[in-house]
Order: sequence, then C-alpha cells, then structure tokens
Amino acid sequence: MQPLLDVQNVSKAFGGVIANKNVSLKVEKGQIAGLIGPNGSGKTTMFNSIVGYHPVDSGQIFFKGREISRLRVGAIARLGLLRTFQQTRIYGKMTCMENMLISLPDRTGGFSSLLRSRHALGVQRAKDLLEFVGLYSKRYLYAGDLSFGQQKLLEFAMALINEPEMLLLDEPTAGINPTLINGLIDRLKRANKELGITLLVIEHNMRVIMNLADHIYCLAHGEMLAEGSPEDIRNDSRVIDAYLGAH
Amino acid sequence: MTRKSYHLLAMLALAAIGLAAPWLLPSYLSQFSKLWLFIVLALTWDLMGGQMGYNSFGNVVFFGIGMYATAATQVALYYPLAAYTAAKGGGTEFIFNTSQFFTGLAAGLPVGGLAAAIAALALGLIILGMRGHYFAIATLGLAIAAGELAAGWDLIGAGSGMVTPTPPDSIDTTVLFYYLSLALAALTFLFLAWLYSTRFGLAINAIRDDEDKAEAMGHHTTRNKVVAWVISAFFLGIAGGIFGNLSKFIDPIDVAFNGAEIGVWMILMAILGGKGTLWGPVIGAGVFYIMKELFWTYLLGWQRVALGLLIVIIVVFFPQGIVGWLKERWPGRFGPTAEEMEAADAKGEA
Ligand SMILES: Nc1ncnc2c1ncn2[C@@H]1O[C@H](COP(=O)(O)OP(=O)(O)O)[C@@H](O)[C@H]1O
Ligand SMILES: [Mg+2]
Repeated sequence: MQPLLDVQNVSKAFGGVIANKNVSLKVEKGQIAGLIGPNGSGKTTMFNSIVGYHPVDSGQIFFKGREISRLRVGAIARLGLLRTFQQTRIYGKMTCMENMLISLPDRTGGFSSLLRSRHALGVQRAKDLLEFVGLYSKRYLYAGDLSFGQQKLLEFAMALINEPEMLLLDEPTAGINPTLINGLIDRLKRANKELGITLLVIEHNMRVIMNLADHIYCLAHGEMLAEGSPEDIRNDSRVIDAYLGAH
Repeated sequence: MTRKSYHLLAMLALAAIGLAAPWLLPSYLSQFSKLWLFIVLALTWDLMGGQMGYNSFGNVVFFGIGMYATAATQVALYYPLAAYTAAKGGGTEFIFNTSQFFTGLAAGLPVGGLAAAIAALALGLIILGMRGHYFAIATLGLAIAAGELAAGWDLIGAGSGMVTPTPPDSIDTTVLFYYLSLALAALTFLFLAWLYSTRFGLAINAIRDDEDKAEAMGHHTTRNKVVAWVISAFFLGIAGGIFGNLSKFIDPIDVAFNGAEIGVWMILMAILGGKGTLWGPVIGAGVFYIMKELFWTYLLGWQRVALGLLIVIIVVFFPQGIVGWLKERWPGRFGPTAEEMEAADAKGEA
C-alpha cells in the first residue's frame, strides 16, 4: 500500500541557510507520526514545504499518490491536507462559533454554498467539536480574547471541522497549561481513532511525543538523523546527543 | 424592545424620512439626493475596507466609470456619441423626449453598474492576488490614471467633459433623481445586510482577520476578494450614473475621478461611522455630509482646513468610529451578547 504522505529527498534553503537537506519521510494512513528535533532543525520548514507555503528547491512530495509540491496552499488544503501554525492562527475579531462555521469544508458546494445563511450549515457540529476541545462555554466569545492555549485548542477544532484526511500539527502543546497536556494528548488520539484523521505532529516535548506517536522522525541541522518507533528513538544515542548538544 | 426591532425601527424611520423629504424639505432635495448617494459610497467602500480589511484608495474609479457609461448609454441610444460630445451636448439637434429620457436612464444605470463591475473584475484579477498593504498602494494611482485617460478620450468629450442628456421640461428631475438615489441606497443597504448574513460574509471577515489562515484552510481567497470588489463596484457604478445626471455635467477630473475629494470622503465616512459594521457607513455618511455642507456654507475659504481638522479628530479620537464606540459602551444594542446567545442556545436545547 502506498503511504498517505510520501516526502522524497526534499531540500530547502533560505539564502545561505540550508533548512532542509534531502529529507524523506513517509506517513501511513491512520498513523500518528512524530517529527522531533532541536530548535532550528528545520521542522517547521518541512511543514511549510509539504503544504505548499513555499516552493521546494528539490525533491518530491506525494499526497494520496499525487505529486503536490507545485500546488498552492489552498489547493493542497482542499485535497484534505491541513496544517496548524506554531504561532497559532485564528480569526481574532470573530467569535469561536464563527471561526468554526467558516472552517467547514466547501469542497463540493463551490461558491453557491457561500451564499447560504451563516447558520445554515454545521452549527451542531461546530458546538460538538468546541465541546470536544473544551471550549463550549467560550463559543460566543471573540477568538482574539481567548488565552494563547485556548486559541491553540480552537485552531485544532477548526482543523477538525474541516474534515481533513491528514493534519499536520506544529507544536500543539507549546504554551498549553501543563496540567492540560494529558487531556490534549488524549484528544489528539481520539481525533485519530474516532475521526480517522492521520496525524503528523511536530513536538518539542519528548514525553508527549513518546506517548503519542507510532513512528518518529528526528531532524538535526536540517537532515534526517534517525527514525523508528518511540522505543528506538528513545535509545538512539545520536538523538540523545542532538538534544543534549542543543540545550 | 428587542434589538431586531431597533434595527427595523431605524430602517423604517429612515425610509419614512426619505420618502417624505420632498414634501418636508423641498429646497434641499438635491443635497439629500447626494447624501443618499454618499451613503452608497461609504457602504460599498466598507465592504472592502471594513468587512474584508482591504483598503482601496481607488474605488472612486468605479464611480466615474459608471458615470460615463450611464451618460454614454443615455446618449448613444439616440444620437452618435462623438457628434454629441463634439457639440458639447448643446445645440437644438440633441433633444430627448420624455420616453427617450426615461428609456435612456433605465438602460444607462444598469450599464453603468455593469461597466464598473467588469472593470473591477479585470482590475481585481490583476491586483487582488496581492495582500492588503500592497493592494492599497496599487489602488493609489488608479483615480489619477483613470482621470488622465478620460481627459484624453475624445469620444467621451476628453478634457472638456460631457453634458448629461437634458430632460424635457415636463420632468421634475430633482424629485426623480432624489427617489432614484433613495432607492439605490435602500437596495445597497438591504443587499449588503443580506450578504453579511451569509457564509460569504464570514469568508471576507476571515480574510480581514488572517488571510494566510483562510488560505491554509482551503478558502478560495482571491476569488472571494474579487467577488467582493465586483459587488462593491456594481453599486458604485450605478451611484455614479445618478450622480452624473444630478450634476448635469461630467468633468473627468473634478467630478468623475475626483480621488482627492470623493475618493477620500468615502473612506472617511466609513471610518467615522465605524468600519466593518452595517450601520456605521450610513451614520458616518450622514454626519460627514452634514458637517461638510455646514463647512462649505459657513466657513467658506476655510472649509478645507476645517475638513482636514475633522479628519484628524476622527482618526485620533474615533479610530473605531461612532458605531464602534457605541458598540463598546452598549454591546447589547448592536448584536447579541455572548450571554444572550448562550441563553438562546439553552432555550433551543431545552
Ligand atoms: N522564512 C525564512 N527565511 C529565512 N530563514 C528561515 C525561514 N524559515 C526558517 N528559516 C531558518 O531555517 C532554519 C530552520 O527553521 P525552522 O524550520 O523554523 O526550525 P524548527 O521549526 O525546527 O525550529 C532556521 O535556521 C531558521 O532560521
Ligand atoms: Mg518550528
């Protein structure tokens, strides 16, 4: 079976800085894959290349068997490959409900579905998913008034209502109150199991990723350093060195 | 009283004042016509600048295009346009009887709207791929360029402008254009009220708040931006068509493509009233227009200085505009509060 996402030998440089060098990774359908590495090792750059945020210098990226490295951001999102942002992006002057409703997928309806009342589609689904991430009681507040951690949860719920096949999450636990991290891990797992969304998660927190991922890739200085099961990665001396060296 | 009934009451009151004005204030009728058109200018600007966060300094171009296209259609239905403009619209050869005048208007105004909409489509496909700040800069030169082009085009009278068709004496054009202006303002308002209640309204708000995010979520952002500009231009074009007839004479630079005055005023009216709100542009246009008329009447010679000061005061003290400020003080009057929405949910679920 072909992997859902197949990144082959992708390189990307910014001026003199080589952010990714010949990076390859595969994510199978239904998997939770992890991408780890010290700060500045090129993880976010990898995400940006996958979702079409910038053109890659070389290499190929396949999603559902289709080469997507030349497609635009919006087109890739409509194929069902979505990302959340490390810096968190929500629509600040709209309420949480409005953020959710406009994140419904419009893949089939085209423009005419935009001319329907804003309450015509997905209201219950939006409430259910806000409940799922624990923001139900905040649903009519402006998204910009939420705390950073709550905005991250909202961004996650917005991604879920879009029904992607695959979701790339850039440091979902960064900035989240440590007491809530276990709950978030649980929700990520449920989104994967119950909604069938394949996940690729960038994570800085080793404990989190060991708990979450089935398969882990580790970047260092823009190159793939190691890959394997959480167990393999935990015991890989190169990974330990990279992390100790960087801190 | 509920908020919905406030909204309805405000609309009914405006409609009543609007319909009765020809009897109440007959001598100010043409000023009131312009006020209704100014409301259209502010509303259509706000669709871009307020609701979508795309500040256009070039919207007056669609106003001017509509003005010329309407007048040209009115004439060309019955006379060769070149001969008409060469004669400066004068002479006894170019007479419009009642039916010709009305037919010309009925055809000309939609043509004006469509011509402006097509121009917005073409321009939008070129410059709406850019992000907000670059778009704003790109629109800066539009009015000047359009004015220069119109001033060099003989068919529409070039630099000496174009006289709109003179109606037969039997038609009271003051009242006619008054009601046309009122009808256009009402139509624009109701259309936008509907548009902002749809998912499209949310989609352009999303562009305003974070366009990168909207794109990453799979929105057709460029298409949505172009559609918004086309809608804005359509109503602006019709407003231009009426305004040209109201002024009776179209000067390419002082009337049609007057970026320094009308082009700037439409922005100020929207900001004064409250960007990104439905009623803001209406209230802003009203307040601004009355101030402007007062300045031009009582501060002659200093009117531009006074207007400049007003602009500074607006930007410094009312960055949110009148409605934005009122909304902050009495949130419940302008939209349901979070508590009310939750209460409504609870009722629905019970
Ligand atoms: N847009 C950019 N322009 C220039 N350099 C960049 C840009 N994005 C990332 N970089 C550089 O690429 C390297 C990798 O960054 P990034 O992918 O953000 O790392 P990570 O997400 O692993 O912390 C860093 O050295 C960073 O400074
Ligand atoms: Mg990063």
